Amino acid sequence: MKTLNLDVMAVMDRDLRRALTKPAEKRRWSMVIDLQRCIGCEACTVACKAENKTPPGVAYNVVIEGEVGTYPNVRRRFLPRPCMQCAKPPCVTVCPVSATYRRPDGVVVIDYEECIGCRYCLNACPYGARYFDSGEFYTEGTPRVEQYEQTVTRDVADELGREWRRVAGRESSPVGNARKCHYCLHRLENGALPACVVTCLGRARYFGDLSDPESLVAKLVADERVGRLKEELGTEPQTYYLF
Amino acid sequence: MSKRLWIALALGVVSGGIGLFGLVDRFANGHIHANYGSGIPWALWVVFYIFFIGLSAGAFLISSLVYVFGVHRFERVGRLAVFTALICLVTALSFIWLDLGHMFRAYRTIISPNFRSPMAWMMWLYSAYFLILLGEGWFLMRRDFAAARTNGGLRGTILGVLALGTPAGGDEERRRDLRVVRILGTIGVPVAVAFHGGVGALFAVLASRPYWNTGLFPVMFLISALASGGALLTAITQLLFNRDGSLDEVVRELGRLVLLFLFVDIIMEIAEGLVSLYPSSPAHRVPFQEQMFGPYWWTFWILGLGMALLGPAILLFAKRRSPRWIGVVSLITVIGFVGVRWNIVLPGFANELIPGLRAAYVEPKLSAVYNPSAMEWLVAAGAIGAAFVLFVVGAWLFPLLPGGRAAAADKRAPRSDRSLEMVQEAE
Repeated sequence: MKTLNLDVMAVMDRDLRRALTKPAEKRRWSMVIDLQRCIGCEACTVACKAENKTPPGVAYNVVIEGEVGTYPNVRRRFLPRPCMQCAKPPCVTVCPVSATYRRPDGVVVIDYEECIGCRYCLNACPYGARYFDSGEFYTEGTPRVEQYEQTVTRDVADELGREWRRVAGRESSPVGNARKCHYCLHRLENGALPACVVTCLGRARYFGDLSDPESLVAKLVADERVGRLKEELGTEPQTYYLF
Repeated sequence: MSKRLWIALALGVVSGGIGLFGLVDRFANGHIHANYGSGIPWALWVVFYIFFIGLSAGAFLISSLVYVFGVHRFERVGRLAVFTALICLVTALSFIWLDLGHMFRAYRTIISPNFRSPMAWMMWLYSAYFLILLGEGWFLMRRDFAAARTNGGLRGTILGVLALGTPAGGDEERRRDLRVVRILGTIGVPVAVAFHGGVGALFAVLASRPYWNTGLFPVMFLISALASGGALLTAITQLLFNRDGSLDEVVRELGRLVLLFLFVDIIMEIAEGLVSLYPSSPAHRVPFQEQMFGPYWWTFWILGLGMALLGPAILLFAKRRSPRWIGVVSLITVIGFVGVRWNIVLPGFANELIPGLRAAYVEPKLSAVYNPSAMEWLVAAGAIGAAFVLFVVGAWLFPLLPGGRAAAADKRAPRSDRSLEMVQEAE
């Protein structure tokens, strides 16, 4: 197949365009992260910050670093951690007002208008993938609080694609809400891959529609190295790892 | 009003006054000056929330001994127990309300609840419980309200309005009212057991936090509610109302009850501790070690074990004849229980969800090191101060101790003015 000659980015782009021709409820977005390819550069963390303009105290994506072995046989180990987009998300079950839910395409989102900010979901998530927007700004205390920090123009975690204005200290969503990674839904729906995927230097991140057997991610999850975090909790993450 | 009630009022006004600064900050700046956040999602206010909701459930369940189970030994303090439960409920809810990211959406837990969430259940049960408490209180005292109307004055006027047109009535009417109270109380008992066991379950259902994820939690919550709520009622009875010694026997009986609940609570703590500390999974061991030897070790040893559990258990047994001792020890128990509650919430965060997660991204609000901020303490002082003021106003306004006030003033108190519960007892 010609696929073999294509760069993975091009493959994923093609997969994405094919998925977008299907009705939304037939898609199943999924991410596969190859830990052997991750170099721990944190480009994904930075790209996510820039893309979603997450405030202080919120980081949809982080890279967990560790060391294995004893000298001289030491190795650095990296574990990027976006949201697992669980098929059985414990954060959704505990939400007292159903403000957070799993979309038909598998992405777990938060309706900022409904969320009461009780932070129960933060405690229910076994992966620490949920955050609380306390209303802080990185540019606070500088001559000007930058506009980009105040307007969450692209962070549309709901289907309506609303724009959100962050206002310091006010109960104005998304300030006072739980926040989380949503696989860059706003990008997906405009035909672009998630920011962390396109920025990955080591080409360690793969993204696509798992319900499409021809997609790259569907082929990767059949790999023998594949695994998921905390499988024993029954959360059925849709973010897979190649260990 | 007695000198001690004035002291309580003064404490409340001072604490509430200082607390105003925190409340202003909370409303003006939201959660910016709070030290909870993404790293430690639930903290001081959740501690106080479960503390006060436990006091409320405990006090209420003791009132149900009188009105549902017919234990007449405690009937002198039955109304006081219901009123204390109400004040503690309001205080607990104000803590959790202030903790919300969107306070003015709190009503949505009622109008659009997700009943798979224990928290939605809580809000429904609290609402039911609130109405039950109001109903019980009113039916217990409405004849006295009506009678007080004739006394005039500010108190008489307010009570007259609160009587909502109830006639003063005689023994027969009071008996009928007590039947209503018994029905309300009978509904209230499962509600109180459900909501407080439910608060335990609210934590216990989270498989993500092994420290909370134990079937013992709901039961422990109930037992410690009875212990702490009983202690609060004992302390209030002795320290605020037992001036003439007429409540000595009630205080002794309450002290015995508290001792029993403390005993069961200690057994549960030991069970939890032994299982957790046994060299097995760090998921259980680390949080327990954290509370014993971490930076807040004193909340476990001094507040928890010393002031709330073991210390008072020993003193309540050794000084079981002295109402004064029982009152003071009970007060210390109540204060100590703040430590017990602290160690329910905070050790839950001792474990990293994924090893290395905390070092992966470092920012103040993501830190796992938690010390309550000044704003958090001030808000707590404000809410507790408000509770004191509300309590004293209620104690001044309502005939909380049937027979007490009247009997002390007039030894020939007419029967209808004495404990109406005694009427029922005579049946």
